[in-house]
Amino acid sequence: MEQFLEQFPIVINSLNVGFLQTLKLFAVTLIGALPLGLLISFGTRSKIKIISGFFKIIIWIVRGTPLMIQLLIIFYFPGLVLNKPIWGGSEAGRFAASSVAFIFNYACYFSEIFRGGIQSIPVGQDEAGFVLGMTKTQIFFRVKLLQMIKRIVPPMSNEILTLVKDTSLARIIALQEIIWAGQAFMKGSQGISGAIWPLFFTAIYYLVFNGILTVLFGRIEKKLEYFK
Amino acid sequence: MALLEVNHICKSFKHVEVLKDINFSLDKGDVLAIIGSSGSGKTTLLRCLNFLERPDSGVICVDGKNIFDSNDPSLLKESVIRQNRLHFGMVFQQFNLFPQYTVLGNLTLAAKLAAKNSYAKDKDGDNSSEKAVLDDIDKRAMQLLEKVGLTAKKDSYPCELSGGQQQRVAIARALMLTPDILCFDEPTSALDPELTKEVLRVIRGLKSSDSTMIVVTHEMDFAREVADKVIFMANGIIEEAGTSEEVFTNPKSPILKNFLNS
Repeated sequence: MEQFLEQFPIVINSLNVGFLQTLKLFAVTLIGALPLGLLISFGTRSKIKIISGFFKIIIWIVRGTPLMIQLLIIFYFPGLVLNKPIWGGSEAGRFAASSVAFIFNYACYFSEIFRGGIQSIPVGQDEAGFVLGMTKTQIFFRVKLLQMIKRIVPPMSNEILTLVKDTSLARIIALQEIIWAGQAFMKGSQGISGAIWPLFFTAIYYLVFNGILTVLFGRIEKKLEYFK
Repeated sequence: MALLEVNHICKSFKHVEVLKDINFSLDKGDVLAIIGSSGSGKTTLLRCLNFLERPDSGVICVDGKNIFDSNDPSLLKESVIRQNRLHFGMVFQQFNLFPQYTVLGNLTLAAKLAAKNSYAKDKDGDNSSEKAVLDDIDKRAMQLLEKVGLTAKKDSYPCELSGGQQQRVAIARALMLTPDILCFDEPTSALDPELTKEVLRVIRGLKSSDSTMIVVTHEMDFAREVADKVIFMANGIIEEAGTSEEVFTNPKSPILKNFLNS
């Protein structure tokens, strides 16, 4: 017990640093993947078959392969195969590579949710906008977007909670996120080794953060209940 | 001169000819009822007038000016179509109100966007006059809500209204942009008999205020009472056309006789 109390502040400090990196990756992914996902969903809905086909193939590849492999390819491919190590070996380089992989991967999943959301809005909404002289852009942003958001909050919240946990995959390229920080105490770090409890303890961080997000999504859903 | 002239309009979907050489005209202040069984092409005709469907061929002329001519590519540009379709207001069978906007918001959205756009283009425009224009739009919306008897509902959302009230909002919304011709696509088909009455009362009220209207309807009594002209469509052609009296009292075509007796 005494030993645990001694270790506790050291571990927490280290996990906090790791979790900050987790949060950073989570935030950057969301900021990048939401607009990119919307663009990809427009691409898949293009009337030009080459464009829609191209985006569908990209989505198929990204959704059909493990995110972990995508991380490895994006991080190592430029250096090992092209002999151009664009990311460098620093934590910042690993973070940049992770961000690219996560944004790309999640944009493809988000795009399918957006596509479903857009398609679920009755065509009568477009037509009502057209006969009132509105442009397609006005109809999308002023009429359909909020209706789409209302419809996609539940599947998006699912995907975003998964993203929080998926960030742990970035340790495969040694990004120092929270699981990496927890695992370090098994191998030996800051005078602590063979301790497995820090790794288990990381679950609390995920659980609390996902709890906050769940409450937040619940509030958004409630806020959008004013229309049907 | 007729307000609306429709000449040789044809429309096919894949290989099915839905409209076959449609010709008719409408004078200012007239109410035209288009009747016919389902699949006869009446809704497609209305949608062609609004460019929700693009006719394959033909000419549509409003107030002496061509707004559609299949042989004139300059009229087929998106921006020209957007401008020209404002000659027509449209009331849909399913209302198609914007659910996230209040009643007042539904009425003012398009007009305010158009006003803001024109001020954005004219960057030296005076802010105070922009505000005056937006205020005028609100005032006009309130006048129209009064006309359809829904002033008290201006801050309600569509989901808080009955079907009849929603359709009356849709009518007011269509009137916001002062169209030359107001089109109704089976405006009461989604309503029960009681709510149908309140919507028809509003349309009757519009007739007395001299609006030019085209009403696609299955309400034969209403068409007989309100319409100045009636077109009966069958299999994509105008099978019979004439005054309400001619069409309902002395139908000539056997198909129309059969339709009216069914």
